[in-house]
Amino acid sequence: MAEIPAATGERRTGRLLASLIVVMIVFGGVGMTLLARRYWWLLPVASAHGVDVDRLIYTTFVVTGIVFVLVHILIAAFVWRFGARGTERAAYWHDDRTLELTYTLVPAAVLVTLISMGAVVWARVHGPAPADSMVVEVRGEQFGWLFRYPGPDGIFGRVDPARISPKDNPMGLDPADPASADDLVTRELHLAVNRPVRVRIRSKDVLHSFFIPAFRVKQDAVPGMTVEIWFTPTREGTYEIACAELCGIGHYIMRGKVMVESADAVQTWLAQQSH
Amino acid sequence: MPAPTRTLERPPSARDPGTPAIGGRGPDGTGGDALAGTPATTPARIAVWLLVGAITVLFAAFTSTYLVRRGEADWRVGPLPPVLWVTTGVLLGSSVALEGARRHARRGEMAGLRTWLTVTTLLGLAFLAGQLLAWRQLVAAGVYLSSYPHSSFFYLLTGAHGLHLAGGIGALLYAVRRAPAAATAAAALDVADPVAAYWHFLTGLWIYLFVILFAL
Amino acid sequence: MAVMHEAAHEEHKLGFLQRYVFSQDHKIIGIQYMMTSLFMAAVGGVLAMLIRMELGWPGARWGLAKWLFPGGFTGDGTLKPDFYLAVVTMHGSIMIFFVLTTALSGGFGNFLIPLTIGARDMAFPFMNMLSYWLYPPAIVVLLASFFVAGGAPNAGWTAYPPLSALYNPATGTGLAAPGSGLGQSLWLVSLAILIVSFLFGSLNYITTVLQLRTRGMSMGRMPLVTWAQFTTAILMLLSFPVLFAAVVMLLFDRHLGTSFFVPSGLVVGGQLVTHQGGNPLLWQHLFWFLGHPEVYVLILPPMGIVSEILAVHGRKPIFGYKAMVASICAIAFLSFLVWGHHMFTSGMNPLVGTAFMVTTLAIAIPSAVKTFNWVATLWRARIHFTPAMLFAIGFVSLFVTGGLTGIFLGSPAVDVYFQDTFFVVAHFHFVMASAALFGLFGGLYHWFPKMFGRMMDERLGKLHFWLTFVGIYATFFPMHFLGMAGEPRRYYSPQMYDFLRGLSGLNMFVSLAAFGLGLAQLIFAYNFIRSLFRGPKAEGNPWHANTLEWQADSPPPHGNWGATLPTVHRWPYDYSVPGATEDYIPQTVPVTAAVVAGGALHHPVQGGAPDEPPTTDLNSA
Repeated sequence: MAEIPAATGERRTGRLLASLIVVMIVFGGVGMTLLARRYWWLLPVASAHGVDVDRLIYTTFVVTGIVFVLVHILIAAFVWRFGARGTERAAYWHDDRTLELTYTLVPAAVLVTLISMGAVVWARVHGPAPADSMVVEVRGEQFGWLFRYPGPDGIFGRVDPARISPKDNPMGLDPADPASADDLVTRELHLAVNRPVRVRIRSKDVLHSFFIPAFRVKQDAVPGMTVEIWFTPTREGTYEIACAELCGIGHYIMRGKVMVESADAVQTWLAQQSH
Repeated sequence: MPAPTRTLERPPSARDPGTPAIGGRGPDGTGGDALAGTPATTPARIAVWLLVGAITVLFAAFTSTYLVRRGEADWRVGPLPPVLWVTTGVLLGSSVALEGARRHARRGEMAGLRTWLTVTTLLGLAFLAGQLLAWRQLVAAGVYLSSYPHSSFFYLLTGAHGLHLAGGIGALLYAVRRAPAAATAAAALDVADPVAAYWHFLTGLWIYLFVILFAL
Repeated sequence: MAVMHEAAHEEHKLGFLQRYVFSQDHKIIGIQYMMTSLFMAAVGGVLAMLIRMELGWPGARWGLAKWLFPGGFTGDGTLKPDFYLAVVTMHGSIMIFFVLTTALSGGFGNFLIPLTIGARDMAFPFMNMLSYWLYPPAIVVLLASFFVAGGAPNAGWTAYPPLSALYNPATGTGLAAPGSGLGQSLWLVSLAILIVSFLFGSLNYITTVLQLRTRGMSMGRMPLVTWAQFTTAILMLLSFPVLFAAVVMLLFDRHLGTSFFVPSGLVVGGQLVTHQGGNPLLWQHLFWFLGHPEVYVLILPPMGIVSEILAVHGRKPIFGYKAMVASICAIAFLSFLVWGHHMFTSGMNPLVGTAFMVTTLAIAIPSAVKTFNWVATLWRARIHFTPAMLFAIGFVSLFVTGGLTGIFLGSPAVDVYFQDTFFVVAHFHFVMASAALFGLFGGLYHWFPKMFGRMMDERLGKLHFWLTFVGIYATFFPMHFLGMAGEPRRYYSPQMYDFLRGLSGLNMFVSLAAFGLGLAQLIFAYNFIRSLFRGPKAEGNPWHANTLEWQADSPPPHGNWGATLPTVHRWPYDYSVPGATEDYIPQTVPVTAAVVAGGALHHPVQGGAPDEPPTTDLNSA
């Protein structure tokens, strides 16, 4: 078969590429992940459902990590081995029903498993909130967060955007509604540890997203809508609230704080606010 | 190709019935020279259906937002300008006239084809004039584009439909000039058919818009 | 012969303007698309560098940049936050719509579709010319937004209202962000123009493939690159009108006082907004109904390109041709059903979220099939590590990496954490941006000889690959960890948050890698431009490939095929057929006339194959 010109130098390039794939992608990827575990990782989880979410993240990480390494090793091995050399020909091999079926069905099975696990967690996150939940309202605005507690009556009073004034009535409470009289509007969020909380999320102007990384909570604040989520903080401490939906030039400074403390401490704080 | 070779038209091995042909064992390559590319239709006939598909998606987008919006509590439907009944009739009439034109074309009666295509075009123009009149009536009644959601959608949907219909009138004018001048009935239909497909689609689209704007 | 006469005559008759500027020749139009896209890639690349400058060293002073972008920097040389958002928005919009879509679909689609199916041109050459000539005006309108009051849009490439919708006609700037002024309107108008261009293009592609395939070129014998372009055109035809509708409605909201997307009762800058009764989520639904198929508009053509390159430079049939075609179609179909996975945190019904999770992860199955087919193609191949092949192998690696991170984002409970963080940025830069870019580079190295009749420099091409491959991984892989740690995207500076402070070192590393990646592209620019004029002349079929375009001259003449159209006798992947002398058998070689040991067929069409090609064809009619 003299018609095929003998290849020169291809194997060397192939080995270089194979080594690069192994060193950079496999070793580099795995190594960087190990490094990241120490320096650039998820914040320690501080909510009940966050534990499930983290477990799902880790499971997905392991599954995808294995596939990532295996496929790259496979590519590297083929690239190493099958660089053109001499006049050796390629195989005229273009179909294999069993092989193709295998690598359709195996990923499908893995994905079905992941889907089922994901669906269970998702359903739990969005299941009905426990009856003893505390309720609080969060309103995003350019560029900050405002919180409202319903007060002893447990009812949020009516709000009217036309009444909003930054100093006296930032929430736009309507004094005509008796339910609004005991509503408490604050710039800080205080939550009781281990008590589920229902958060009603609204927006004053544009889209925002209520993101508490430590709680694995993120929910868009959509103007014109009230979206409710619930979660249970499980560790006392102070956590940061970030905005995760582009909302204008101050998007990056839209920082809020949530204090998780004992139920008594929250009551005391609320009592202080109302005076 | 570097090496000197000799040309073999039909190698004996390949002519042998028992020997498989060399190469071509990939899908559809076992030597059956299936003749594709014998066109069963004209590019314009395909293109017009693709165009109809794209416009369907466009209006599906418009009307899906409309249908979502009308499900909300503060929804109210604006007044129906009576002239819309007339324009609907006119547009249906234009489609009938266009079918008349195609019937003439099939029989090779080019004069009749021209007459009926012209009638279709005039009815199309009458429809557009009627739609404009409907806008004028609404404006006179104080219903503007930004008055309330239904009015916004009314102007948007009728306007978008009207623009597409104006394009259809351009196509009809082209057909009036070209179709009757064609040598054969088939050639005349090659021009008239795509235009008719587009035009009937716009008639159907208008009925759909009319229904969801006022009847739902 | 009459046909060729006519074609040659016509070519002679055409002036420079009609031949190279307002050309109706699909090859020229393809090259025009490609060149314009590469220019826009440079613009988008410079914007990317600005983003990384700011994120690597937030608030730093850049003396030189102040002079280059006078409006974007303060007097002491720091980047302004609104200019930062404008840059982010324009980088995304340009790269997605004005570089990758136009280069891959407009450039390669135009150049390759008629050539690979044995046609003389597109079905509607004039419409094809219009399609290209809508693209430069769209660019002018888009870039003009940098120079109007308020500057370029700030709302991101997704342009979510109300941020993008609120406009103050008195000042010409936006209410909620400076860039939501006239700049946002220009952005919308520019997209509308470009969408019309895309629709003309895709209408043409589909009709051409359905109607103008040469004798013997059944759909089952089309090369995968053509299948990918064909499917992409269908995707574009059925998804871009939706964006068009959304763009029109947003323009109405901004300028004509309607309230499709703006709800009642907004208070912006202390003022009660007069709009009432709209719903901002409607925009998101419309946008992502386009937006997700758009992702596949960007990745399907590279998939086709890579399939060709792996077969040609691996001297081996592509593995699982039918599965490849089926998975292209499956991906295209499913891509219409997954848009909701961009909206898991938008407040949609959780059950709908579950449905979108199922469709999203389902699309991973055909993607996995394609990946394994590519890997299987490498098995027992005879790989020539040309620059095209290196980029094709790189593509597979990037696609695997990006595809796997997609599994995180497809699962809503996990996505809630990663949504709008740098994990998403890393994900789509791998799977869509870098992989598509590798497809583009691979395709350019592969088809450059056919496009321009000259060879590119192979050593420089390899150097370009090594630096780009390392640069891409160094830039985008660490971004996963920025996202793990929770850094949101589109932040002017992450320094405001305690939980993000520890990331500054990693951000600096990413920026340095990005600069290196950017610089490496200069090698490509040099090689490309130099080879255009100085590259060695290419033969007709330098890679010894089977598909039809390689059986034409390099570059193919006007009308592509001379007197008679080629006739197709076999599938496109007869590489290394046992018993044949050559390790490739072009599609034009009759099966009966195939080559046995010691004999080869020089030029099948001239050889008088048993079934004579048709003497007339549609284009010349």
